[in-house]
Amino acid sequence: MSEPQGRGGDTPLLEVRNLTVHHGQLRALDQISLQVFAGEVYAIIGANGAGKSTLLRTIAGLHHPTEGSIRFDGKDINKLRPERRATGGIVMVPEGRRLFGSLTVEENLQVGATYARKGPWTIERVYEIFDWMAQRRSQRTAQLSGGEQQSVAIGRALVANPRVLLLDELSLGLAPVIVQRIYAMLPQILATGLTVLLVEQDVSQALRVASHIQCLLEGRTTLEGRPSDVTPEQVEAAYFGLGPQAGPGTTEGSGTTAAHGTTEGPGTTEGPGTEEGYGKGTTAEYGTPGSPPAGGPGGYGGAGSPPVSGVGLGGVAPSGEEQLLWSGSTTSSRGS
Amino acid sequence: MVWVNDIIQGILTGGLYALFACGLSLMFGVMKVVNLAHGDLAVVGGYVALGVITVTHVPVLWSFLIVVPIMAAGGYVLQRTLIQAALDRGVLTTLIVTFGLSVVIENALLQFVNANSHSLGVGNAIITGSFSLGSQIQIAYLLVLIFAVAVVVLLGLQYFLSASRYGRMIRAVADDKEAAQLSGIDYRHVFGIAAAIAFGTVALAGIGYGMYSQFAPTTGTDTILLFAFAAVVIGGLGSLWGTLLGGVVLGVAQQIGSQINVSDQVLAGYLVFLLVLVLRPQGLTTRRAQS
Repeated sequence: MSEPQGRGGDTPLLEVRNLTVHHGQLRALDQISLQVFAGEVYAIIGANGAGKSTLLRTIAGLHHPTEGSIRFDGKDINKLRPERRATGGIVMVPEGRRLFGSLTVEENLQVGATYARKGPWTIERVYEIFDWMAQRRSQRTAQLSGGEQQSVAIGRALVANPRVLLLDELSLGLAPVIVQRIYAMLPQILATGLTVLLVEQDVSQALRVASHIQCLLEGRTTLEGRPSDVTPEQVEAAYFGLGPQAGPGTTEGSGTTAAHGTTEGPGTTEGPGTEEGYGKGTTAEYGTPGSPPAGGPGGYGGAGSPPVSGVGLGGVAPSGEEQLLWSGSTTSSRGS
Repeated sequence: MVWVNDIIQGILTGGLYALFACGLSLMFGVMKVVNLAHGDLAVVGGYVALGVITVTHVPVLWSFLIVVPIMAAGGYVLQRTLIQAALDRGVLTTLIVTFGLSVVIENALLQFVNANSHSLGVGNAIITGSFSLGSQIQIAYLLVLIFAVAVVVLLGLQYFLSASRYGRMIRAVADDKEAAQLSGIDYRHVFGIAAAIAFGTVALAGIGYGMYSQFAPTTGTDTILLFAFAAVVIGGLGSLWGTLLGGVVLGVAQQIGSQINVSDQVLAGYLVFLLVLVLRPQGLTTRRAQS
């Protein structure tokens, strides 16, 4: 991906300052800050329950922060309703795709284009980059496969001509090969001048496409930088909240992350229902354990881990690899 | 021949019930609001027509041109204020709030109008006239007219929902209102439009009922709401044409009931309603796939 032009220089297109978000009693995000510059692909990574989706949803306006500010194009958008943010240029592809199941492919795109900004993206253009779509335009989206639904969800966001595209867990519930194919579309999308802020559990995928990454753990930032500047060990440590010396077999960063790409899950054939399929066997929601027994001194996530995390993965899974495997099949934070 | 007559009368009455029911069905389908004040709104529509006719001397049959927009505007405002506020507090709250609205409307009518029954268009040849089929079947022009209006309204609604921009938005919001927000759609506005349509159709039904029978402040909950509910449930929730089928089944059942014994008219309708609930709780029309 292209290097960000303005990092450190001009004002960021999207800026989040000291954002704190609560879900009831639970502090899902704790003083998160980030700056996304025009033309960047900014990736938020982190385990399940790290607060990634909450961050994206808060930027889209679906959650209200208890503290902090979100600025877009120099203006404070904290008070704007989600639909106003969308028409202003912040458009999200939500987790689980969330297509309009009783509408056809084309109608989904038309809804996305209802209040579109002016720009290069049209329904025809979407049909060009996803070549199968035009033939199946009059099918209900409920009849599409998971990967096809994800493509329609991306198309529905693109036709609004966003300035910042928020992608929430594109890989969720899709086979690795499908995920690859979808991410392969990214350069074409970026070529039209979009800025992308994405959330991804699949670390190797994120490192491949991002120009800047930020790792969250229990709602806090544990690592930030350009992919070329961070080592797999750092990512591993930040992802699991392990101290640098802790964690057996932690060096194989990208190898372990591949475990996430499970085959198409039970929920993939229907959009809005997916999260149920992934909810099975969930133990930790937000309180992903940051402090496994070994993660003592220097651990990123040790401090402030909520008591609920006691039931979580860290105490159970002996190694990072197993934690990741497990976290790949747990539910996202959206439902609670 | 008597039975043929009953079935014809029942089918035609079903058109009126469908007019009552389609707004109820729409509001439930789009915003999951079970509007317990729906019947009272029909009565309000009747009273508004009465007032409009008195003031403007517009012909009864054309009064809907004024009444429907008034009621639709009222529906939009009510949805954006009271009902939306209830929705924000949870779906159950809307039940309580619309029940309260029903009580308020009834008592306000008793207070500011009176408890007398009224009807619309007495003496109008089209409204009170009828024609004969054979020697035993008398068909009222009015019932044919109402049935035709119901079909036109349902056709129009179907076309609006499937082909227009706002119809598409209504369906999208009904599917997933959060995802609709992410596409820049203010679902509260879309809810308001759906409520406006529902109030407009129920106003039509109220005018039709006022010409067909007579209404008093309590007619809304006594009769209309229950018939509308029965029609919706028999036909199948969320299905537009189901409300017509439900209305027709209810109408025929009532006619046949009244043939057996005049006092069994209403009972027969509810027996069919119960039967459908037991045997086919999803309604007679298969519900379209919902996500």
